[in-house]
Amino acid sequence: MSELSIQHSTRNAADERQRGGSVTHTVKLTVNGVEREVAVEPRMLLADTLRQQCGLTGTHIGCEQGVCGACTVLVDGLPARSCLLFTVAVAGREIETVESLENPDGSLNSLQQSFQDHHGLQCGFCTAGILMSLTALFREEPSPDETTVRDQVQGHLCRCTGYQQLVEAAMAESGRNAQVTR
Amino acid sequence: MIGERRVRREDLRLLRGRGRYVDDIDLPGLAHMAVVRSTQPHALIRGIDTSAAATAPGVLGVYTAADLPEINRPWPVHLAHASLRKTVMRALPDEKVRYVGEPVAVVVAETRYQAEDACELVEVDYEPLPGAGHLRVAMELPVPIHDGIEDNVAAHVTQTTGDVDAALAKAPHVLRETFRINRGGGHSMEGRAVAARYDRAVGEFQVFDATQTPHQIRALIAHCYDLPEEKIRVVAPPDVGGGFGPKAGKYPEEIIVPWLAKLLDRPVKFIEDRYEHFVSCTQEHLQEHEVEVAYDDDGRLLGLKDVFHQDTGAYAPSLIVPLIAGTTVPGPYKIPNLHIEFYSIFTNKVPSSAVRGAGRPQGVYVMERVMDRIADDLGLDPADVRARNLIQEHEFPYPVGLTFRDGSPLTYDSGNYPGLLQKGLDKIDYAHQRELQAKRRAEGALRGIGVSVAVEGVGLGPFEGATVRMESSGRITAIMGAPPQGQGFETTYAQIVSDAFGVDADLVDVVTGDTGAIAYGVGTFASRVMATAGPAMTTAAREVKEKLFQSVAAVLEVAPEDLEIRGSDENTEIGVRGTQVGMPLAQAARMSNVGSPGVTMRAGTVPGLTATSYFNPSSAGYSSSVQIIVVEVDQGTGEVEIVEWVVGHDCGKVINPLLVEGQVLGGIAHGLSNALYEESLYSDDGVPLTTSFLDYPIPSAREFPTIGLYDQETPSPLNPLGVKGAGEAGTLGVPAVIVSAVEDALRPLGVRIATCPLSPGRIGDLIAEAPGR
Repeated sequence: MSELSIQHSTRNAADERQRGGSVTHTVKLTVNGVEREVAVEPRMLLADTLRQQCGLTGTHIGCEQGVCGACTVLVDGLPARSCLLFTVAVAGREIETVESLENPDGSLNSLQQSFQDHHGLQCGFCTAGILMSLTALFREEPSPDETTVRDQVQGHLCRCTGYQQLVEAAMAESGRNAQVTR
Repeated sequence: MIGERRVRREDLRLLRGRGRYVDDIDLPGLAHMAVVRSTQPHALIRGIDTSAAATAPGVLGVYTAADLPEINRPWPVHLAHASLRKTVMRALPDEKVRYVGEPVAVVVAETRYQAEDACELVEVDYEPLPGAGHLRVAMELPVPIHDGIEDNVAAHVTQTTGDVDAALAKAPHVLRETFRINRGGGHSMEGRAVAARYDRAVGEFQVFDATQTPHQIRALIAHCYDLPEEKIRVVAPPDVGGGFGPKAGKYPEEIIVPWLAKLLDRPVKFIEDRYEHFVSCTQEHLQEHEVEVAYDDDGRLLGLKDVFHQDTGAYAPSLIVPLIAGTTVPGPYKIPNLHIEFYSIFTNKVPSSAVRGAGRPQGVYVMERVMDRIADDLGLDPADVRARNLIQEHEFPYPVGLTFRDGSPLTYDSGNYPGLLQKGLDKIDYAHQRELQAKRRAEGALRGIGVSVAVEGVGLGPFEGATVRMESSGRITAIMGAPPQGQGFETTYAQIVSDAFGVDADLVDVVTGDTGAIAYGVGTFASRVMATAGPAMTTAAREVKEKLFQSVAAVLEVAPEDLEIRGSDENTEIGVRGTQVGMPLAQAARMSNVGSPGVTMRAGTVPGLTATSYFNPSSAGYSSSVQIIVVEVDQGTGEVEIVEWVVGHDCGKVINPLLVEGQVLGGIAHGLSNALYEESLYSDDGVPLTTSFLDYPIPSAREFPTIGLYDQETPSPLNPLGVKGAGEAGTLGVPAVIVSAVEDALRPLGVRIATCPLSPGRIGDLIAEAPGR
């Protein structure tokens, strides 16, 4: 399926080669429920496509080494480092970013609200990635225990908070979900 | 209101992915700059060939020092000191490089990808020189790193009080030992970032900079360009992804980017990547403290002599870190005779700067090592030895006898150190913890308890300012020069203005870090903003309120004292106490700010509801903290498990407890990372060995325990709010308390620790080489 949605743009490629540049591909992907078509070089990273071509600057790039987790988005529902993924490799996939989380009226969803209530963020640079990883967890397991929460966010570096208040935020969400289920 | 546990308004945008960091600012026609960096620790530049790069796809220009002579003048010293020897620092080095990562050329291209491609094509012809990756190597280096400074000593400073030599000569007990401590980088999750455009119409540079010090950057740009400061506007955007000290430094890219925006007539942006953060963003390097301490049979300190060497890296723009480290050593303890002396040494490493704590963690570590040694020597409990030496509650203001880095006497303004320590001992149930330790030891576990007490110089001068105005809408705009990097200024300063004005905080909008919005500012560092901008904000808000009340009183024909602010949100009004008579805020504001064109104002009304105030504290203030921790060390792996940890903190009056807790917890995390995980390593000749998060680990949520916080409020007499500072408080005592606890855990093996950080490998070595094993 992914091969089908990459359209090799020959005219573009010829032009580019002449100028000493590289080939571009037209890639279709779904971002936050909206189908998009982007023209990218094969080396273009998903993080850059989201930020520069889709205007979704909520996804941040913290290390480009796949360690800090700031750039985490959901690809077909699973957390992935958008700084390590080539855009052409996610053709046809469904991408979710932090911009998709808020309620339709623009208010914070309950996990986001919990982060505000517990001061779960400071500079906010790593926050989008953490929210995406936790979103994936809560879909799978609505009321996880603290060890599970800490494990889920262990792929994210935060230099501001010491994690305590963001773990408290996630646990408050977990507790709320447990009550709803009961 | 002050003291309210208020959630942050910043979060509404940050949590929805709508923050505004430098890299998010969309400047039409933007071009991207990448930097060619030195691959050599120390080398002469024989030539730079940029021809291949210049013709690469998308490239708009390639620039070396030779191409930019008009802006490449020597920089003024960041912070002069009589003992700091003069060196030349400029945006691009002209004849030699002094560290791996130093910029040698820049490329501007249509995309960052293309700019980086072209950087690869720039050929630099280096003639390598012997390099120094360690201060001991630098002290023997055959070639000086800076011309005319043959011994590579950047500064040598001595401070004394009393007569240490006499105290050492006649003391019943003398300890002599060398303690080493290394730290690392700031590693804000957002790297350095600067974007700029040049407005030809008005001849103004507009610079968006992820800096902690926009007004200082404006001054440096003006100096390099030989322009008046008013032609340069530096804006630290509302969202900066962490700072932690290094973003208070000044960097070549901040000078080059705006100039290239003018030359190319296009906006230009530079975003530092993580590798560049490792090699080109300032860090704190090694300190080696040789300590001699005199004490009596009861463990009371009689005198302390500390001679230390500090690695300042390739340049020394200031002596901030060693000056603070040395004056933090005495801490909360009474020491009648002191001798603090340091040598700051040039090496071929990225220049050093303040990193959260700025030398304080090193000073605390040295003193607390001493405390543990004394306890061990005399067979006393380590908490008890500390308690015996503490400055008492009635002894404030307490003069230590030294001069602090702010230039004023090191005199502690207020505090209650015995109270803070006792609260901590009670909270963790220290006696019980000692029992549990004995039990665990009997079971074969290596369990230890550590204690640290720290005093932190905060609220440093010279000043910070605030402009407050009531807009014609009735809302209040509060402007401050210092920018936030996650501290939540928009929320806390709204609380301060709300308190001073008597209106709801939601009516107050806070503007930060824009040199176009307030004439002068110093910046966010040294836990200094609340104690400087806080009082300035209060004074300005009160002044505006006075003008407002005076005007309304004139119109309603009452005395200003009869007025009150009542109602909320858009229904807020200024009313006459005890009556229904009142005037909506917006109407009152329009009366003073707009009036009627050509019509004389009513007698007694005040035009222009605005006021600017600057506050300059008479000296630094002093926060304090206590940390007590219980750890277990795995004898097989050297891993440290944290069993329990309490941290108490006194930063004077608290404006927002929720946010102060965040600051303290974050500070602790930085300290723990310094103590057990991260360490910036170099080869002996200066090649950086740790340049990614893969070989420079920063711990995650899985490694962090839950910390039990407690507090104490001892207001500062140095400012009307009684505030001190909280930003670095958590970090200070952590290396000290961790080493203290790990050594205590390894005590059955006879291990003594004099080095930090403690990676599992290093702990493994200590265990393997233990005398009692």
